[in-house]
Amino acid sequence: METILEINQLHKTYGTLTAVDHISLKIEKGHVYGILGPNGSGKSTTLGMVLNVVNPTSGDYKWFEGTTSNHDALKRIGAIIEHPNFYPSMSAVQNLELVCKIKNINTSKIIEKLTVVDLLSRKHSPFKSYSLGMKQRLAIASALLNDPEILILDEPTNGLDPQGIRQIRDIIQKIAASGTTILLASHLLDEVEKVCSHVLVLRQGKMLYSGPVDEMNRNHGSIFIDAADRDALHTFLKDKPYAGSITRHDDGLEVKLYEDVDNAQINKEAFESGLVLNKLLHKKQSLEDQFIELTNQN
Amino acid sequence: MKRLLGIEFHKFRYSKSSKVLTVIYLTIVVLLMLTGMIRINFNQFSGSLSDLGIFNFPLIWHITTYFTSFLKIFIAIVLVSLTANEYSNRTIKQNLIDGLSKKELILSKFYLALTLAILTTLVVFVASLILGLIYSDFNEFSIIFSQMGYLGAFFLAHLIFFCFCLFAGILVKRSAFALGFIAVWYIFEGILNLIARGVDQFYDTSIYDVLLHILPLNAMSNLIKQPFTKIDLVQSTMNQLPIEGIEFGYDIEWLDVVSVCLWSVLFIYLSYKLLKTRDL
Repeated sequence: METILEINQLHKTYGTLTAVDHISLKIEKGHVYGILGPNGSGKSTTLGMVLNVVNPTSGDYKWFEGTTSNHDALKRIGAIIEHPNFYPSMSAVQNLELVCKIKNINTSKIIEKLTVVDLLSRKHSPFKSYSLGMKQRLAIASALLNDPEILILDEPTNGLDPQGIRQIRDIIQKIAASGTTILLASHLLDEVEKVCSHVLVLRQGKMLYSGPVDEMNRNHGSIFIDAADRDALHTFLKDKPYAGSITRHDDGLEVKLYEDVDNAQINKEAFESGLVLNKLLHKKQSLEDQFIELTNQN
Repeated sequence: MKRLLGIEFHKFRYSKSSKVLTVIYLTIVVLLMLTGMIRINFNQFSGSLSDLGIFNFPLIWHITTYFTSFLKIFIAIVLVSLTANEYSNRTIKQNLIDGLSKKELILSKFYLALTLAILTTLVVFVASLILGLIYSDFNEFSIIFSQMGYLGAFFLAHLIFFCFCLFAGILVKRSAFALGFIAVWYIFEGILNLIARGVDQFYDTSIYDVLLHILPLNAMSNLIKQPFTKIDLVQSTMNQLPIEGIEFGYDIEWLDVVSVCLWSVLFIYLSYKLLKTRDL
């Protein structure tokens, strides 16, 4: 498979603070990657380094298997970093013309990309008159101008209202569906869960996990179970091989699972032990639970 | 180079401050040309400025370059704000992400400075030529195009100043502070000059002469020396005064030319180093 980006032991310190701690990873063509991490975990710094705006303390990275120089490689990607950065007094079209000049491509795609992000009606207004959502959409149009081989998005929905978030997310999903490789940094987990196939988890500059989203946590979720006699239910459950820790809630017990179970089997066994269940619910662990668990346990 | 210049002129064209200040610059140049018609009374002399002979070739090259030199501050403000605004709008970061290398970024700014220096020199050349053709008493071809070195000096003085502005913009990152930095530096050189003169008087050294060529703004303003004492009227007035032994040099000194070129290179190189080592 074609490798788009290879990062090798990338390291960045600011004085005594370690922002990114020896990260290595490989981005392959056609996948949608999410970088997860709380604020200040080194997401933006990592992206800044591969985008040539932050100097790494040590380590290196290679775009497109090292076949082109870094700044030529950047002409083949599209990237949006935090805030949309444009010239305030230029209009959308003028700003995009400048990007075309920098990327050394012709200006024929400007109208097409402005249509994708729904900015065509405001294409001649100066950038400073745009709302934040429009600015962010212009940034996406700008990143798409060269039909990039990889699209890098750093917190693309930061600071937007729900409608704006929805618009951006729809655009991202459309782009992902067209087969473009995407690297999406975010602390919004449902955003990542909805579009990403692979995920990297960072905390304090360290990489905690890297791999497919489904394999991120090997536990099997939990069951919510309740019966009239909770003590008896507790005794019944605690010797079972599949049961992990049991937590009492107001509305029943939550049992962490060690292995896959069949709800019907539990129900049957409970009934045979004289317990009538009034609730039995299997819950798969959400990405949020997995993320919190992963960032807490290390 | 064409691509880089295209990028930079795109930024220049759509910036409001650059438009306003370019118009101001051109207006002042035109107004200065019109001063030839002003009538004055000075020392039993009455007539228009042109009767003073200041628009005679080749003296006019010296006079116009000397006076319009002060106007470079307008263009400099444009350059400083264009550069520093790249930082405050964070477009410099976006330019790099879009695939401009740091070297190309500095080069494109330098090309803009170079082009502006050439354009201003051209404007002053054309303006002086017209002015001279109207008012000059000598219109022989060989006289018109003699002493053109002042235009070369004018160009170099602009180039170094623009490079200095570029460096200030990149160093300080905020346009107002960058202009402040330039002003402070100017004052700093002035103070050094005063100290040097003081020391020279006390210890019979010649530090001031050295500083005059070595400091960037000193060398820049020393390129084109004052032309007043060259004017006939002033000369005859001075001859009546009982001062002896004052010699004025008007020539462009090679030492200044070299110094100015070296400083320009240094400013561009330092700007590149700054950009390269700093995280954005």
